[in-house]
Amino acid sequence: MQLYRSHVLVCGGTGCTSSNSEKIIAEFETHLAKNNLQNEVKVVKTGCFGLCAKGPIVVVYPEGAMYTMVKVEDVKEITEEHLLKGRIVRRLLHNDTHEDGTSKSLENVDFFARQMRIALRNCGVINPEDITEYIAYDGYKALGKVLTELKPEEVIDIIKRSGLRGRGGGGFPTGLKWEFAAKQPGGQKYVCCNADEGDPGAFMDRSVLEGDPHSVIEAMAIAGYAIGADQGYVYIRAEYPIAVKRLQIAIEQAKEYGLLGKNIFGTDFSFDLEIRLGAGAFVCGEETALMTSIEGHRGEPRPRPPFPAVKGLWGKPTILNNVETYANIPQIILKGPEWFAGIGTEKSKGTKVFAVGGKINNTGLVEIPMGTTLREVVYDIGGGIPNGKKFKAAQTGGPSGGCIPASHLDTPIDYDSLIQLGSMMGSGGLIIMDEDNCMVDIAKFFLEFTVDESCGKCPPCRIGTKRMLEILERITEGKGEEGDIEKLELLAKNIKASALCGLGQTAPNPVLSTLRYFKDEYIAHVKDKKCPAGVCKSMMKYVISAEACKSCGICAKQCPVKAISGEKKVPYVIDQEKCIKCGVCMEKCPFKAIFKN
Amino acid sequence: MKSLAELEEIRKKTLEQINLRTSNNGMRVVVGMATCGIAAGARPVMTAFIEELNKRNLKDVTVTMTGCIGVCRLEPIVEIIDKDGNKTTYVKMTPEKVARVVAEHIVNGRVCLDYTIGEAEK
Repeated sequence: MQLYRSHVLVCGGTGCTSSNSEKIIAEFETHLAKNNLQNEVKVVKTGCFGLCAKGPIVVVYPEGAMYTMVKVEDVKEITEEHLLKGRIVRRLLHNDTHEDGTSKSLENVDFFARQMRIALRNCGVINPEDITEYIAYDGYKALGKVLTELKPEEVIDIIKRSGLRGRGGGGFPTGLKWEFAAKQPGGQKYVCCNADEGDPGAFMDRSVLEGDPHSVIEAMAIAGYAIGADQGYVYIRAEYPIAVKRLQIAIEQAKEYGLLGKNIFGTDFSFDLEIRLGAGAFVCGEETALMTSIEGHRGEPRPRPPFPAVKGLWGKPTILNNVETYANIPQIILKGPEWFAGIGTEKSKGTKVFAVGGKINNTGLVEIPMGTTLREVVYDIGGGIPNGKKFKAAQTGGPSGGCIPASHLDTPIDYDSLIQLGSMMGSGGLIIMDEDNCMVDIAKFFLEFTVDESCGKCPPCRIGTKRMLEILERITEGKGEEGDIEKLELLAKNIKASALCGLGQTAPNPVLSTLRYFKDEYIAHVKDKKCPAGVCKSMMKYVISAEACKSCGICAKQCPVKAISGEKKVPYVIDQEKCIKCGVCMEKCPFKAIFKN
Repeated sequence: MKSLAELEEIRKKTLEQINLRTSNNGMRVVVGMATCGIAAGARPVMTAFIEELNKRNLKDVTVTMTGCIGVCRLEPIVEIIDKDGNKTTYVKMTPEKVARVVAEHIVNGRVCLDYTIGEAEK
């Protein structure tokens, strides 16, 4: 066994991989060999650290020095200065990690200090492709405890008492779901995992599977024991190649170690796991459509009841939980339901992972206790809005959710408070918007998404959302008519009441919630034919201020369609007929003489 | 996997290899690796520490580097910090001296007084 004096952890999540972390790993290996350090320093590829905005991320232990935005060219310097001579390369350290010349450990960085990591506990800590590292951090201990010490009913009781609710969006109590399935008469049952993460902007499930795939495998085996199933399926979207690969490796390693397969831990419990790839349909994240797709049919939902716990995969009792839900299970078993129930709010226990994106400084993954306010997430963890702009709204729950305006920044985030605000937890996408975002345009974006992704089985969703989109398109083009807003509201109400599955029932939410908080913007579009944020192109024009214009001619040179004309000492003008509203002139004007109107 | 004991064995074994990533409560060996230290032969000293610790399977001891401590004439300098924060400074270290420091100081808790800075300055 080799002891290394130093470990270099390089993030191998999707975000950092796309900014060259694979090459960084190779470069480290080359330089370590060059300096004859390969037996002293170990390079480890880990899962996502969460601070994706600053990727690629490299953390060097035992110092815990966190380097951000590392380039391949920086590797030589880190190797020669830090690893060879012990001098930390200060210029590459993450901003928050050093003050007064000393470097703080990772746990003290603002971005991490306010988080509480349960589902993400191993992400960025272990090598996801090495089962022994997972075992080192108490991996598979929960499964061992469950199989050797607890009865299935006791397992379900623990999950029920923990108060864990589904992290995929609906928030249904997990223990109750397991109990329904367990109570069905014996015979074949199934355990499924929903890794068909489809909400725009959400990537927490991907990160868990990339950074800690064994936690999901272990939890699914526990679920199998609890309900009496010996077979599981992970339904994962094919667009997540790294997650698929690591999960595959993890399943193979678990089989090799006898943690999947026959007679696990010498008991008579057997459990096997298979991967099923989704082909990119958003509706397959809906539970009945997902199971139809696993069966090999076209992914379309069916009416419930019967619920999957009674009649699921191939007509057998099935439980389906989300990746993040599973990632919590081993910790609940090990630390006890009281520990978990002690975190969070009255009705929402534990933590939630959010994928924070949009107009925010620290884009990335954060895990916070339920009940943390939106303000803390945006300003304390997220680092605020770039360029000193004003916070306008946060979008949660993706195409099924809604917007939370600035006036509710201090609402503690949990399942019920978000529903009250007309939004929902969803899978945990959190898109931050500033004053430059047009709320009508945002609603249109999400509706475009659902119209695209509607499977077409039921008319309210297939036709209704299309009609709503047509109205929104009209409004954003400045052709809104009196009564359009009322029509939108009526359509939304009817679709919610009559659509077949969750996709359709929640599709109008982005429109309803923006109407609730930003009706004035809709009215401005329809009545005054104006887009207050200056986003909807057909309603605004670029104008050159005659007083501020110095007739330098830069704008005319830059204009791609030659819509600007003028001459020396005469202010330039934009021909509105020709203008395509690309905004280049405004960007290039050195005197800020061009503005949107 | 046939038993919990088997799992526990893997857990312990791997944890020893990776526990330097979490907060470490064991001893720390800090080797001065500035230009002066390297010139005086600090690298073979550090390698000797790693080899010796490996040989004895002492996994809760971390070996790190630091810059110039300031008494360059006494390099290679190695500081050993125990879990209570008590610091011992060894000077003019050689790979040969390392074996004794590991055996007496790190394993048995007896400081090798004759190698320390106090002794050298007498």
